[in-house]
Amino acid sequence: MQRKMVTIDGNEAAAYVAHKINEVIAIYPITPSSNMGEWADEYSAKGQKNIWGTIPSVTEMQSEGGASGAVHGALQSGALTTTFTASQGLLLMIPNMYKIAGELTSTVFHVSARTVATHALSIFGDHSDVMAVRQTGFGLIASNSIQEIMDFALITQNASLETRIPFVHFFDGFRSSHEVQKIEQLTMDDMRAMIDDDLVIAHRERAMNPEKPVLRGTAQNPDVFFQARETVNPYYDKAADIVQKNMDKFAKIAGRQYKLFDYFGDPNAERIIVMMGSGAETAEEAVEYLNAKGEKVGLIKVRLYRPFSIKHLMAAFPKSTKAVAVLDRTKEPGSMGEPLYLDVLSAFTEQMAEGKLPFANFPKVIGGRYGLSSKEFTPAMVKAVLDELIKDKSKNHFTVGINEDVTKTSLDYDPNFSTESDDVVRAMFFGLGADGTVGANKNSIKIIGEETENYAQGYFVYDSKKSGSMTISHLRFGKQPIHSTYLISKANFIACHQMVFLEKIDVLKNAQKGATFLLNSPYPKEETWNKLPKKVQQEIIDKKLKFYVIDAYHVAKETGMGVRINTIMQTCFFAISGVLPREEAITKIKETIKKTYGKKGEQIVQMNYNAVDQTLANLHELKVPEQITSTIEMQPTVPVEAPDFVQEVTAMIIAGRGDELPTSKFPIDGTFPTATTQWEKRNVALDVPVWDPDICIQCNKCANVCPHACIRPKVYDGKLLDKAPATFKSTPVRGKEWPEGFMYTLQVAVEDCTGCELCVEVCPVKNKVDTSKKAINMAEQIPIREQEQENWKFFLHLPDYDRSQLKIETVKGAQFLRPLFEFSGACAGCGETPYVKLASQLFGDRMIVANATGCSSIYGGNLPTTPWAQDENGRGPAWSNSLFEDNAEFGMGFRLTIDKHNEQAKEMLRTMQNQIGQKLVDDLINAKQVDEADIAEQRERVEQLKAKLKSMSGSEARSLMSIADYLVKKSVWIMGGDGWAYDIGYGGLDHVIASGKNVNILVLDTEVYSNTGGQMSKSTPTGAVAKFAAGGKPLPKKDLGLLALSYGNVYVARVALGASDTQTLKAFIEAERYDGPSIIIAYSHCIAHGYNLKQGLQQQKLAVDSGHWPLFRYNPEVAAEGKNPLQLDSKAPSIPIQDYMYNETRFKMVTKMNPDAAKEFLERAQKQVSKNWKVYENMAKMDYSNNNS
Amino acid sequence: MDLTTKYLGLDLKNPIIAGASPLSNNVDTVKLLEDKGAAAIVMYSLFEEQINHEARELDTFLTQGTESFAEAMSYFPEPDQFHSIGGEDYLNKIAALKKTVDIPIIASLNGVSAGGWMKYAKQMQEAGADALELNIYYIPTDPFLTGVEVEKIYLDDLKTVRSHIDIPVAVKLNPYFSSFANMAVKLDDAGANGLVLFNRFYQPDINLDALEVTPDLQFSTSYELRFPLRWIAILHGKVKASLAATTGIHEADDVLKAVMAGADAVQLASVLLKKGAKQVEVILNDMKKWMQEKEYESIEQMKGSMSYKSVAEPAAYTRANYMKTLQSIK
Repeated sequence: MQRKMVTIDGNEAAAYVAHKINEVIAIYPITPSSNMGEWADEYSAKGQKNIWGTIPSVTEMQSEGGASGAVHGALQSGALTTTFTASQGLLLMIPNMYKIAGELTSTVFHVSARTVATHALSIFGDHSDVMAVRQTGFGLIASNSIQEIMDFALITQNASLETRIPFVHFFDGFRSSHEVQKIEQLTMDDMRAMIDDDLVIAHRERAMNPEKPVLRGTAQNPDVFFQARETVNPYYDKAADIVQKNMDKFAKIAGRQYKLFDYFGDPNAERIIVMMGSGAETAEEAVEYLNAKGEKVGLIKVRLYRPFSIKHLMAAFPKSTKAVAVLDRTKEPGSMGEPLYLDVLSAFTEQMAEGKLPFANFPKVIGGRYGLSSKEFTPAMVKAVLDELIKDKSKNHFTVGINEDVTKTSLDYDPNFSTESDDVVRAMFFGLGADGTVGANKNSIKIIGEETENYAQGYFVYDSKKSGSMTISHLRFGKQPIHSTYLISKANFIACHQMVFLEKIDVLKNAQKGATFLLNSPYPKEETWNKLPKKVQQEIIDKKLKFYVIDAYHVAKETGMGVRINTIMQTCFFAISGVLPREEAITKIKETIKKTYGKKGEQIVQMNYNAVDQTLANLHELKVPEQITSTIEMQPTVPVEAPDFVQEVTAMIIAGRGDELPTSKFPIDGTFPTATTQWEKRNVALDVPVWDPDICIQCNKCANVCPHACIRPKVYDGKLLDKAPATFKSTPVRGKEWPEGFMYTLQVAVEDCTGCELCVEVCPVKNKVDTSKKAINMAEQIPIREQEQENWKFFLHLPDYDRSQLKIETVKGAQFLRPLFEFSGACAGCGETPYVKLASQLFGDRMIVANATGCSSIYGGNLPTTPWAQDENGRGPAWSNSLFEDNAEFGMGFRLTIDKHNEQAKEMLRTMQNQIGQKLVDDLINAKQVDEADIAEQRERVEQLKAKLKSMSGSEARSLMSIADYLVKKSVWIMGGDGWAYDIGYGGLDHVIASGKNVNILVLDTEVYSNTGGQMSKSTPTGAVAKFAAGGKPLPKKDLGLLALSYGNVYVARVALGASDTQTLKAFIEAERYDGPSIIIAYSHCIAHGYNLKQGLQQQKLAVDSGHWPLFRYNPEVAAEGKNPLQLDSKAPSIPIQDYMYNETRFKMVTKMNPDAAKEFLERAQKQVSKNWKVYENMAKMDYSNNNS
Repeated sequence: MDLTTKYLGLDLKNPIIAGASPLSNNVDTVKLLEDKGAAAIVMYSLFEEQINHEARELDTFLTQGTESFAEAMSYFPEPDQFHSIGGEDYLNKIAALKKTVDIPIIASLNGVSAGGWMKYAKQMQEAGADALELNIYYIPTDPFLTGVEVEKIYLDDLKTVRSHIDIPVAVKLNPYFSSFANMAVKLDDAGANGLVLFNRFYQPDINLDALEVTPDLQFSTSYELRFPLRWIAILHGKVKASLAATTGIHEADDVLKAVMAGADAVQLASVLLKKGAKQVEVILNDMKKWMQEKEYESIEQMKGSMSYKSVAEPAAYTRANYMKTLQSIK
């Protein structure tokens, strides 16, 4: 049968099959598995049916724990049920997995295997998560390639039904989940042929059913539990054979034969690698290459890992086996070795003991680790492992792929060893996230994969930043299936879509001799050569590259494409790469454009067609001069004044050379220095704000809203201007509160600015002569870059104004506090970071932050650099991220320690008061510590105490010294998004606010899961489109504020900076001062709302004015005074809700998809805001004068 | 009493047309307008700018931030199909109105260029529109653009549309031409079946607090009818095209004046938005009453009776105000 060839990624392959052979799907988003759930939801939303003719039900739960509970329930009630997850998500499913397996219930969980967080979180792939469930009783089946993912998704389902053992079907996160490959798509008939309906019916018959009631899930006692637990043995004993039978059955249907342990290599091989996952594809490529060179090596691909079948494993080995290297993509510190290694070793030993070992001698067996967190695994590393087996003393418990120079476990490998075939087109594209490079490449792969005989592969490497982020695409095309599951190191085509990259990274490093180099240059073709850095010119000449240039931005501008150069660069690729005849390629591109953009209107299609046509006229081949003409050097990654760690480690990571860093360079426990974003000058903004001191009223609103802390006001003694650079701007400070002769400067960090324009939008002043100008205006960055570098440096050198003398209760005053959260990797125009920054300004020097996993933990804690910063005294926020689900509890733990240490310090002060001095002890213990001045005084007292303790001997003094800092008030902040606060972490958050403990919770509410790409949360409002609410969310948003204030003893505030910055500031100060739990729910506009974020603040105001987001503060201290604790800080809804909603694509797109539903949502939303307002209004009117609290 | 009239070749039961306004967005309101006596409906305008803007906007914001960050390849689920991009909902609305009411439905296309959007004219015809009103507006800010060139834009637009469709086409236009009468004749020659005088622009205002320009549209008053009244009176009998008066038609008197000046029909918008569909009935009743009192038999009888060519003192239509003032001193 001729099956359709499709070019899809691993997640889509898994979801495609899983959706067709299940009835119920319950999921929770987690990278890199989220897309599987999203695909399933999309299929169902589009009415796609499963093989039994019904549309599977897809439900998003509040956590993976919840998803596994729902899966367990659905299975127990008889539905064929699945879920998709990874990493921490899989770990949260463990309790239910034990139950599901214990009850011999058939199901398949599809897992894109991802690193479990240890010393750090990583979204990338390894087997630490799946290895953590091998004890649950679930079977484990590994897919190594995209085709296998599709095939095994099907095979495993029937195997599970037949064995009655539940399975985890896993494949490597990112490398397989996100790799795009051309594969053969299974048909509905294939799936019908594979799934045995009798088994399905048997599954249903085991369901809980009141018509024939049974009880499952008893509590058992020592007398019987053990025996009962052993009843499952026969099922596990038979499982391997049954799985093999199903693989054989599949081979008859689809023609691809798999074995539980698939051997690949020379039939008389002596050295064998055993492994599973995507690395096995690379190993296969290397083994084939080495055998062709005359070596005798082999590879065993483990497919069925649990139940582990010794019989099948032994049968897979050639009799000639002399040495075996078992590779694990996980680390189990403290174990004798990693799991697969131990399993293979045990198998050999058991066989030996039983006299059944099929080899002449007991082979040499070594184990090693590779590929943690998607670390590259290349044929060179495979060779290193096989070479190690030849040695007399082979290194056991080795690592490969890194330089582990501490305990010296790593194997050396030759990075130049390559197995890449000359027949394969290998293309690398360096682009910006915003320029559409990846999308265009995905289109190209589809064109080549689906329209030609070629096989195609695409893999995409993304940045750790969300603004100005770089993407590198790795594309391979060839006549043979592609097994290279590693990045391209020898490219025959390289495209650089942004010329600035040439000065920052070595774009041509991977270009092989005679390769083609395509550059998007903003300069005329004649000038381009001279604008290249010296090193680039040298590489072009040395490697004899064919060099093409295009001014893609010019073409984009001329054709109305704006900054998206995707179509243009794609056209260039086809025009010069020769993958397809040019004319044919153009036709195909146009067809794809029609397919991709057709639904968005004819105009968009025409615009893209026009761009294609214009491209060819603007694409030029440059004759490469023989001589280097340039004097431009590559930019240093970090400035010379950066600290050593930044120079040696951080700079390497920034430069894309983190792979080269040896183990010894890293902190042993995941502890990193803060305040390092200042060294990473990213220069991502084309236009930056420029201050006009003549009309500025010094309100500091621009600084207040800047998401990246790039605009800073400072008041300082005018005398300090003596050494100011010539272009440094300053003006006398306005207001009587300042000392005589003091000046004001508003300085912009132009190299850190992302160009979001929120500052310009918020600026309240207009130039009286030219009203198009404000007191801050956007201007091109490059012409002022150098002068502003100097000005910024000078500005930083000016002393900060004494914080205890500032009026921090005013927006203006608070903004003179130095931000201790700066230059984060958040999106340009981010709505969350201004709140985070504000907290860091107000409390940063005594702040400890628990950060839930999500956007804020990524822009706050993703390497290479850290935005959490330090003041001139070296004080600043201490920050940590535990998990997604436990953040409130994690932060409460901070509080418990702080309270305990504070109490203990006070107890010790009393015990030691004679030595320390009565007055100091009394003052330290009774200090009120409310405002900045109080705190400064207490700090001073603690310094006195420390000085005294230093001079004292004895363990008591040392002990008190170690906790003396806790005598200064600490500010515990628990931060995270709505996914955490409303969904996965709500139980913990609820418990923590009910505890009465003095913690401050900041909910950065974007009303959607932003970090994982826009999935619905319980905060998502009515009518908003999100993933899992593709037609718009029909139900209302949860009112977290109302729930929190129901306790009565919790300080609750709902704020929106764009609607009232003063109310926001008040709320932060009050929340922190309140000696009990506080929660601030902060409206955070987000890229996932679908509009230009420079309008974010206006939208916040509309959200408030429409009643969608009423502002309030609920202060329990006020109730104690006999007044109503609820203060409404915004007025009754004054504009229709649609004036707010329809500025945002998330709401508006419903009108384009389903106008009737949109109308219905609008009516509901309008009713909700009216009702909600009444509720708040009535509560705010309640009389508390008779102690009615 | 015969209130019928012919406009764009369409037989209308009376001269009152509900002009382009948001009222036509709602099928129930249109039905009510019909019940209250409206003889035809001009639908709200399909804006060229809006069609383009919405498509661009959707494309921009659905792709914003995509394929940039490993955890979030996209931020929105993307449906296979959008149903109302490129005016689809407008076309569906025409079809829905045609099913609901019996009076003619005149579609309205609003724009500047004779570009690809003109294809909507054809789609409107296919969707069942009985006629098309082409609302051309162009503010010529370029000091190097001549009047001839500006006129050409209007004429080209009309010709393009005319060549795409068979149903009658009316042109709703502004009066700002050097020689308006000449322009009217040129449009007549280019195939316009009707001229609608005049469209009203959003006019800029300045917000002194915000220092912003805030364009808006105020409801018209009866007084504003004077301007189209003059030009209808002047053009009556000089062009083949039907003439419709719009702007300032609020009462029966206004309708009668317009018809007497030479209008084949009148279009109401402000008054309907202010007072609702029932105002059509009020105006019709008042008209009938007046006609009865003055013993008029039909609309046809009075049509153009006070036009430039029929009036006793045609100079009154051409005299400017200061002349009158001078005379009154005499």
